[in-house]
Order: sequence, then C-alpha cells, then structure tokens
Amino acid sequence: MSYVPSTAEQRKEMLSALGMENWKELYTDVPEAMLVEELDLPEGMSELEVSRKVSGMAAKNKVFGTVLRGAGAYDHYIPSIVRAVTSKEEFLTAYTPYQAEMSQGVLQYIFEYQTMICELTGMDVANASVYDGATAAAEAAAMCRTRKRSVTLISAAANPDVINTVRTYCYGTGDELRIVPARDGKTDAEELQKMLTEDVSCFYVQQPNFFGQLEDADKLGEMVHEAGAMYVMGCNPISLGIMKTPADCGADIAVGEGQPLGMPMGFGGPYLGFMATTAKHMRKLPGRIVGETVDSEGSRCYVLALQAREQHIRREKASSNICSNESLCALTAAVYMAAMGPEGLAEAARQSMAKAHYLADALTAVNGVDLVYTGPFFHEFVTTLPESEKVLQALENAGILGGLPLEDGTVLWCATEKASRAEMDRAASIVKEVLEA
Amino acid sequence: MKLLFERSVSGRRSDLLGSCDVEYAALPEEFARKNPPALPEMSEVDVSRHYTELNQQVHGVNSGFYPLGSCTMKYNPRVDEDMAALQGFTGIHPLAPKDAVQGCQEVLDTAAGYLCEITGMDGMTFQPAAGAHGEFTGVMLIKQYHEKRGDSARKKIIVPDSAHGTNPATAVMCGFEVVNIPSAPNGCIDLEALQAVLGDDTAGLMLTNPNTVGIFDENILEITRLVHEAGGLCYYDGANLNAVMGIVRPGDMGFDCIHLNLHKTFATPHGGGGPGACAVGCKEFLKEFLPHSALMEGGDSIQVRSFSGNFLVVVRALTYLLTLGREGVPEAARNAVLNANYLMEQIKGTFVPAFDRVCMHEFVLDLSSYKKETGVSALDVAKSLIDYGMHPPTMYFPLIVHEALMLEPTETESKETLDEAAAVFRKLYELGFRDPEFMHNAPHNAPIGRPDEVQASRKPVLRWKKEQ
Repeated sequence: MSYVPSTAEQRKEMLSALGMENWKELYTDVPEAMLVEELDLPEGMSELEVSRKVSGMAAKNKVFGTVLRGAGAYDHYIPSIVRAVTSKEEFLTAYTPYQAEMSQGVLQYIFEYQTMICELTGMDVANASVYDGATAAAEAAAMCRTRKRSVTLISAAANPDVINTVRTYCYGTGDELRIVPARDGKTDAEELQKMLTEDVSCFYVQQPNFFGQLEDADKLGEMVHEAGAMYVMGCNPISLGIMKTPADCGADIAVGEGQPLGMPMGFGGPYLGFMATTAKHMRKLPGRIVGETVDSEGSRCYVLALQAREQHIRREKASSNICSNESLCALTAAVYMAAMGPEGLAEAARQSMAKAHYLADALTAVNGVDLVYTGPFFHEFVTTLPESEKVLQALENAGILGGLPLEDGTVLWCATEKASRAEMDRAASIVKEVLEA
Repeated sequence: MKLLFERSVSGRRSDLLGSCDVEYAALPEEFARKNPPALPEMSEVDVSRHYTELNQQVHGVNSGFYPLGSCTMKYNPRVDEDMAALQGFTGIHPLAPKDAVQGCQEVLDTAAGYLCEITGMDGMTFQPAAGAHGEFTGVMLIKQYHEKRGDSARKKIIVPDSAHGTNPATAVMCGFEVVNIPSAPNGCIDLEALQAVLGDDTAGLMLTNPNTVGIFDENILEITRLVHEAGGLCYYDGANLNAVMGIVRPGDMGFDCIHLNLHKTFATPHGGGGPGACAVGCKEFLKEFLPHSALMEGGDSIQVRSFSGNFLVVVRALTYLLTLGREGVPEAARNAVLNANYLMEQIKGTFVPAFDRVCMHEFVLDLSSYKKETGVSALDVAKSLIDYGMHPPTMYFPLIVHEALMLEPTETESKETLDEAAAVFRKLYELGFRDPEFMHNAPHNAPIGRPDEVQASRKPVLRWKKEQ
C-alpha cells in the first residue's frame, strides 16, 4: 500500500498527457547504471497487518506501573484533554505557519504558549520552541558568545546529556567549554568564582540540578554578573509552579526541558526545549517567534515575527540553523498549562515534592540506604544503595522502575504526583526485603 | 478570536490530581516563588472549545491541497498515529533497563536497517530532531573525520547558491567557512565553478539531489568524484529524497553521509512546525563518529540532544515504511514525480516554469515576466490561492529564481485534485491581466486579511499582557 489515490488508468492518462508511455521516462536524468532494481525490504502490508506487527514490538517493552526514575524524563499525569486537542488533524498535519491567513490557529497557540513560558519563567520573551532541554541550553550558550567572551561554563551538577550536548555545540564552533565542579551535590561556588575569567561568556546552572538538589541560584547569578558574564538557568517547568522564577534569580536566559508539561516519556522524544530571555536579548533568540499585529482591516492577528534573525533570510549569518521546531509539543505544553491552571501546576509541584520526600524517608529507613546529599531537594534525590543491581531488579520484577544507578554506585530517585503512598511503601518494603534477606 | 487569557475566570479550575496522600514537604522560603504564574484559569470545556476554535483556523494536509515546495506535505496516515500512541511506546522511560526496552530497540534497529537499504548507507542514528539538526550532525561527522586524520586545514564547506538556508547556517555552526558557488543556467551544479573552489582546504560539499529547483543533477557521479579527489566528503541533504526513494540511492551517487527528514519522505505529521525527526546515515568509515547519549550509552562521542531522539516519530515512520514495503516505496516516489510533472504540464501555457524540462517531485514557476506585464507578484498569486482553499506554494525560494513559486504536490494527491489546482492557476493567470488590484488585495475570504508584518517586527508584541 502506498497511499497513492490515482488509479492505474489515471496514471496512464497522466503519463500520456506528458507524451510518455512509461514511468522510466520521468527519470532520464538519473544515470541508468545507478537505478535500483529492487529494494531488499519486506513486502508491503495492509493496515491490519502493520498494526499487528508494530503492536507486537510495543508488547516487547515492559511498561512499569510505578516509575521512580527521572533524570531528564518525568512520569507526570497527563490530563485527557491534552491528547484530545493535540490529535486534532489540522493542528497535527499543518506545517510552520508561513501563510498567516491560513494558520491563525497555529500562530495564536504559539503566541499563547510564549506568554505562558514568560509567566512561568518571569522572563520577557520566549521563542516558539527548540528541540529539547539540551539543545535549548546549547542555543542559549551560543546567544551569549562574543568575540572577547567565548568560553562557556557549565555546572557539573547539570544533566550529563545536557553537558555533552553543549560540549558538542561548543566543539562545533570551536569555542571552549569548561565544567565547574560540584561539591556536596551542588555547584561549587568557590570554584565558579575562580573560573569566572574575562573570557567567560556565560555560566549554565540547572535548577533543581541533576541530583535533585536546589542550587543557591541567586548567589551564583550575582557572581556571574559581577564578572560581566551572562547567567543561563535550566529549569524544571513543573517546579516553577512553586519555585522562584529564573528572572527573580537574575537569569538572563531561562531554558528547560518541557517534557513534564504533558508529554509522555516516549523513550526520549519528541520533547520540548523552551527558551526565554529578557527584552534586551530578544533579537538574539534563535528559532521562530510569533508576534501580534493587525491585518489589512485593522483587526488583531498573529504572524511570524523578527524573521531577519533566521536561516532562510540570513543564511550563513543566522543566529542558528533551526528550521523545524517542536510546535506540536509547544501546543501540548500550552494545553497542559491551560488545563492545570496556576493552582493545578502548583499542586503538581507540591505533590511531586511531597512524594519524593516521603519516598526518601521510606527508603532511608532501610539500613544501608542513606541520602548522599543533605541540601534541600525538589522531587529527585540520591541515596546510597548496597547491592543496587539486585535491589533494582527486585523492584523491576514487581513492576516498579526504581532509581537510576549512577556511575559512582549511588542511585538517583524521583517521585511525581503519580506515585501513591501505597506504591512507595511497597517499593521501600521490597528494598528492605532484599537488603535484609 | 479571544486569547486563552481573555477566557480566564478567577477561581475556575478542574480537579485533575485529587488530594495528596502524603504530608506536604516545606519548600524553604528562599526558594519559593513570590506570585503564582498568571496561567489561565479554565474549566475543561473552556479549554476544549478554545482549541477547537483555533483548530478551525488551521489548514492541514487533511484540509486540502498543500503544495508547499520542499516541505513534502504528503498525507499522514492515521494508523501511524495509533501506533505511536501505544502505551508500550509512550510509557517507556528512556533510561529503563535494556531488557525492558527490547521493543523500542527493535523499532530503531528495523527502521535503521530499512533506511540504510533505501539510501545505501551503513550506519544510521535517529538522535537529531529535525532536518537542520541532522545537517548539524552530519557535518559534525565530516569535521571529526578530518580532525582525526590530522587534516586541520580543511576549513571550507561548499554550498550551491540554490541550497536551503539551513545548509550555510549549519556549516557555520560546525565551525566551517561557507563557500557559495553559483548554479549553472540549468539550475544544477556548475562543474567549472565547483572545480575552481575545490582544494586542500575543502572539507566537503553539501548537496540536495534532486536539487531545490526539482532537477536531478545528471552530473552527480562527476561531482562526488571531484570532491573526493580533492580530499573532501560529500553530504547529502535528503530533503528531496521523496522523488527518488527506491529508485536511486545517495550511497550509490557517491555521498558519504546523509540526513533524511522523516516528517517529509516518511509521512510523519509536520505538527504546525514540528516535531520532525531525522535520520542521519553514513558510510562505514564514519560510523565511529555518530552521536550517542551520555546517559544512555556513556562514552565520549558527540551528542546533539538528550536520549535517542524523537522516538515516537520514528515509530510513525517505521509504520509507514512497513506499510509501503518493497514495492510501495518506489511507487510513492514515481507518483510524486508523475504528479509534479503532470501539474506542471497543466499549468504550462500560463505561468512559466523556471526550467522547462522534466522535473522530479517539485517544480518552480518564474513569475518575473508575468509581474512585469501585470504588476501581480508571486506573493499576490500565493495569497489569491488561499481563497480557493489551497495552501500557497513556497514563495521566493530558491533564491536563484526571481518571483519564484515552488510547487510540490506529492504522490498522495489524486488526478482530480491536480486538475482542479491547475484550473485555479490558469484562472488566476487570466485574472492578473483583468483585475490586478483584486489580487493585490487577496485573500478576500480568509479569516484575516494580509497581516502587517513590518509592524510585527518593528514594534514586537511577543506575549499577551493584562494591561493591554
């Protein structure tokens, strides 16, 4: 099946309208020796067959009823209205709203999304999205670079995937990345102070950080600004329901992984990179930005704005090469935030934090399991865990995805509002059983 | 139309989470937010109606003809959506243990195998999230290759002037200098111009084939040979693979690495601008440079985003590939090319093709003489098409054609649709001579008139504010 609607008869008619007898005449520019005779692929399938085949693959995965793992992908509750809206065929099958007259619906939802990201972060301007939190961090670092200041600093307490992505983008442009060490699970402020030299363009910190710890973000920001560099914060959007905004912490650019805002874990994507900045740096933001204007009748409407920054106009002088973004994921986040409202989002944050603290208490009640870092945390925390492989396997056998084993032998746990008290009690009792057996 | 925020009623909410079954933990004051974010306060029915209203002001592929050249707006099968929504995929944590994600691995491996077969490559990654992101990944392979060989003088990437803007922008992000070369009069690579810039400093060539004017470059083997002889590598921008999948393979054309836009050629929805997904393929000798996730696989390879990419989009693309299969893949390509040629033929005699010859999956109309005669521009024609329920073609691209309209009908349009579209083009052609003023003011039946784009950029209003 190829979804080609024309019948064999019609195809023949069309060919003869071109004065051709055979489809091969369409490809006379292709050197004949290069033509593929037959692909080594299986035969095509009917919808029923393909559905059976792909469902079979899905069935080979194990879906855990309880997920106590985060580290960049979070298992939050997704309200039913989210998928109902995002699966509407027009939203789904349109492309970038180049033609404003035919895409006011897309333009308006992006404008609303930008507004909500500004509200969440306290910043002035947001773009229409980039690929994910890691690329958002990399693009933010690129915004900060000048000829004199080209070195990027990143906290070692940031997510390793983010660090490695930023490193790759820096390697691309030939700019240096330096990693500010962590101490006690947080950015080492003394080291940062030493590393803030005159060639530093920006410092990136993650809040809450990879280990779940809350960084002293205001203080770090002051240090960075004093040294004349820009301050970039990578934030968990759910935590912003209750936590101090990056704007209030002094950030020049706020970015983050938007996946917790209504996107399924989906084995890693599609996710959503959100980016927001101050009015001062507006024209350095990469990617699409939607603005309000009026039409020929003077009525309010929306268009792609500030396009002079972008690759299709600026080519090699563009601020980024980004073209396609994660628009449908931005819609997902917008619907999620609209459905939750300020109180619902705050409640998701409060409950995630509450559950994580309950889980931490329950786990550390077991002999040999202790918190590795003692600072305040949001919804992730690191523990010691003797025989971690065995313990995590026992949890998996019981349908529980336990924490993520880290390289140093510790384990990074996470809880969201979805984890019930009973499930967490059960997890803790399995840990206890294994360790005390 | 009202904005979400204008529909908000203080105190309105839905109970989505219920009460907390454990004690709340106290957030220390110094970390707490001063004021809650001013998100809208709505009931579910408000949200549903708001977005239904917005959705009614969107033209999708399912709404009607969408010949947006270079974007391959083919129909997006619904079964692909169903497969991507299976809980066995959506509910999988990317860092779950290997034995719990065997199905995901099978999806990635199967898709990679099929795409290698279609493109003649040996390795494939799905980490990049979109075409431009794939270009970045692919050119980073070239960068690593030269660096590993200690060939540090190779600082230049050659890009034809007909290329997508993402190509030069990508080369710069990878630290290369861009060398633009002019196209030959037939829209293809000018071999002399290419030879003139090739040398010891050539890192590689980025090329789309069929190119952006919809022509398959018949000198392709000569082009890749010349670049290789100079010590450079050849990068294939797969934006236009839809014309030739199953017919001819980039690997056989002499390309070393490629990207494929799964949201174009492999029918995954464009989502109002994304998410796309991108496969980057390469020959054996470049495999060691492919990106990996630090969290999933460790190591010190490059990495272009978190985890393993837009996985659920890969599920859609694989479902599509399995459906088409051995015969369906070339059949789709053949009909994409047939439809483009047929539509061009039906329009001929009115608007003039920029290159009057057999095209691939898309063709470019050159309205410069028409504009001279009537005063009606490519923009005016594009806006006029909106009144006929048709999404306008890509405008003013490629840059080498003035007053360009680029049409890509794709294989999923029927002969009737093409006939109707051609009739509209012919009608508008006539109208331009009779009533150009009417076309300057088009569209007339859209939800809005032409927007004031200058104001939008000069006095940017990029968010809603209460005091407005």
